[in-house]
Amino acid sequence: MMQNATLFDYFNLFWFAILPYIALFTFFLITIQRYTKTGYSYSSLSSQFLENKIHFWGLVPFHYGIILILIGHFIGFLIPKQVLIWNSNPLRLYVIEVTAFIGGLFTLIGLVNIFIRRLTDARAKVVTSNIDWIVLSILLFQIVTGLLVAIFNSWGTQWFAASVAPYLWSVLKFNPNIAFVTPLPLTAKLHIIGAYTIVLLFPFTRLVHMLVIPNPYLWRKPQLVRWYWNRKKIRTQKSI
Amino acid sequence: MDVRSQISMVFHLDKCIGCHTCSIACKNIWTDRKGTEYMWWNNVETKPGTGYPTKWEDQEKYKGGWENVKGKLKLRSTGKAKIIFNIFHNPHMPSMNDYYEPWTYKYETLFNAPEGTDQPTALPISMVTGKYMDIEAGPNWDDDLSGSPIYAENDPNLSALTPEQKSQLFAIQRLVFFYFPRICNHCLNPACVASCPSGALYKRGEDGIVLIDQERCRGWRSCVAACPYKKSYYNWSTGKSEKCILCFPRIESGQAPACFHSCVGRIRYLGVLLYDADKIEEVAKKSDTELVEAQRSMILDPFDPEVIQAALENGIHEQVITAAQNSPVYKFVKIWKIALPPHIEFRTLPMLFYVPPLLPVMSSFNGDTIKNMGEGFFPDFDKARAPIEFFGKLFAAGNNSKIRYVLKKQMAVRTYRRAVTVGDIEMDLAKKMLREADCSVEEAEAIYKLTSLCTFNDRFVIPPAHREEAIEMLRDPLEYKQSAGFGFREEPKRGS
Repeated sequence: MMQNATLFDYFNLFWFAILPYIALFTFFLITIQRYTKTGYSYSSLSSQFLENKIHFWGLVPFHYGIILILIGHFIGFLIPKQVLIWNSNPLRLYVIEVTAFIGGLFTLIGLVNIFIRRLTDARAKVVTSNIDWIVLSILLFQIVTGLLVAIFNSWGTQWFAASVAPYLWSVLKFNPNIAFVTPLPLTAKLHIIGAYTIVLLFPFTRLVHMLVIPNPYLWRKPQLVRWYWNRKKIRTQKSI
Repeated sequence: MDVRSQISMVFHLDKCIGCHTCSIACKNIWTDRKGTEYMWWNNVETKPGTGYPTKWEDQEKYKGGWENVKGKLKLRSTGKAKIIFNIFHNPHMPSMNDYYEPWTYKYETLFNAPEGTDQPTALPISMVTGKYMDIEAGPNWDDDLSGSPIYAENDPNLSALTPEQKSQLFAIQRLVFFYFPRICNHCLNPACVASCPSGALYKRGEDGIVLIDQERCRGWRSCVAACPYKKSYYNWSTGKSEKCILCFPRIESGQAPACFHSCVGRIRYLGVLLYDADKIEEVAKKSDTELVEAQRSMILDPFDPEVIQAALENGIHEQVITAAQNSPVYKFVKIWKIALPPHIEFRTLPMLFYVPPLLPVMSSFNGDTIKNMGEGFFPDFDKARAPIEFFGKLFAAGNNSKIRYVLKKQMAVRTYRRAVTVGDIEMDLAKKMLREADCSVEEAEAIYKLTSLCTFNDRFVIPPAHREEAIEMLRDPLEYKQSAGFGFREEPKRGS
């Protein structure tokens, strides 16, 4: 393959066979290291207290949209065959495509509002760091390329399952087969590169907050009391 | 019976002069940092007034506290199911606009201003953005503004009053107000603790102080929304929430909390109450009118041998029991029954109690001053210009008989002491009033003494914290003998 390789091939090799490993390696190493070291500081810095109105129109559509989209991507990645079977009926294909596109639009609307909020509200600006702007920009890039792919290269759920899913599996199996993705249009390629960049930046940014869920809260008793003595082996008058 | 000890408080509102010294003492020690400028763990409000944050008592707006839904206690704001859907934007979260934007002044303009015909001015700048700002509100913006259509007339407690009572309350030259200092109530059924998704909030087993573990807090801000008294605050700079810690480092070393220590009017009392933790849920579910009595019933008699035995078995130290026996709070709340919890209908079972003020009630009799007292018996409290319904809403969940009891007893003690010291009132009449007010002569003397002649040690009966024994429980002290007292919580950074 490398004999008549062009510069373009080297680019492809870097973006689709090397970058994924840099991204994943960094992701796991730093994420785990940061989680164990900084524990509960591992979250997003909320600014709802400082600006409470645009917050709703930004955060809510953005999060629900992106959750829908991410779940869609994961389904395509995990069970591509079933997705292809589902799509064999055109009506079902339309339903899934339209749902995904609406999810994407929600994400875009939300993100635009988040940009407006952080740019215009003086108080929200104070708690917006440079890395926040980088995160927001790359997310915007990702959503715009994603929507462009959806508009100009239709039936993405179909070809994602047929070509991107096997590519991603080949990456995970440490045997990257970039032949699956090299024929893709430029916007789709940019979208994949954007995704790796997000994975790479993830542990260094506020994105880590998505790993935090109120897990024990849903099961625990309402009241918590901390004792400095052992309640089971309590001291009686005799032992004083 | 699960006996626990709780450091509780009484604020005697008749003695509060509204000087805000407590607030300043607290601010200087605890909330003078970035992100906390707007917080007042201790604040003093004028009642009637809207308070801080604005209209905090209006739970239609803030959704704080608990409600009894078909026999089950539920948080109004973020229950377990609700939090999933409100996770990205909590609709009941107060924002900085509900408090105020903290500011300072640009003092350098006083020196830099070019020479002119006007005095130079130090312009206000925001402590959040650093930009020039117009000050629109502050933490005590309704101070002394009873009668104001912007503040006093929007007091949520006025909903208990008839329009006639309202117009009387705000009649010019007759308007009446009193001060209402507030700190965290260190509740027995705290909504903040129950709402925390991280489990960062907890009640200390040994003294019931409610704290936020700063290492566990992830800034979900559920406690801010859940606390009906709005005494948990979000630090917008660190992304973690903070609240009144009852100056526990001071309490552990035997000192009164800073706001108590600095109180000019000596209105504050602090002491231990023993209570039965098994009853918390049952009491919190009672109907509004039963709540005050129910909470009182869970406070245990520290002289009862059975209680003492159960307390010792539960690990409560003998000296803590002694402190409970000497507790001024026990006297005010349980024996004399003249201290009442604020807004107990929020069902968090607050452990800060207030002696409702007598002065605005008394002075309003016949729309005149206290000279009517000499005429004899109790005034008609229902005709008082500070309506009993207002106090009922604030301190008794609408059970006005509780307020009447307190006011009667205070009035009787006053009359009795006037008979003793001035002598212009017949002693027989004074004693008759005492009987009528369910108060013996000894009790009247004791109330008088603890109200008027109280020393520092009468007001603050602080139990020994016994942290040394706490360490023994967890570690062998001999093992740590040579290493105690020095160490790092985090790795010391070098270079880089």
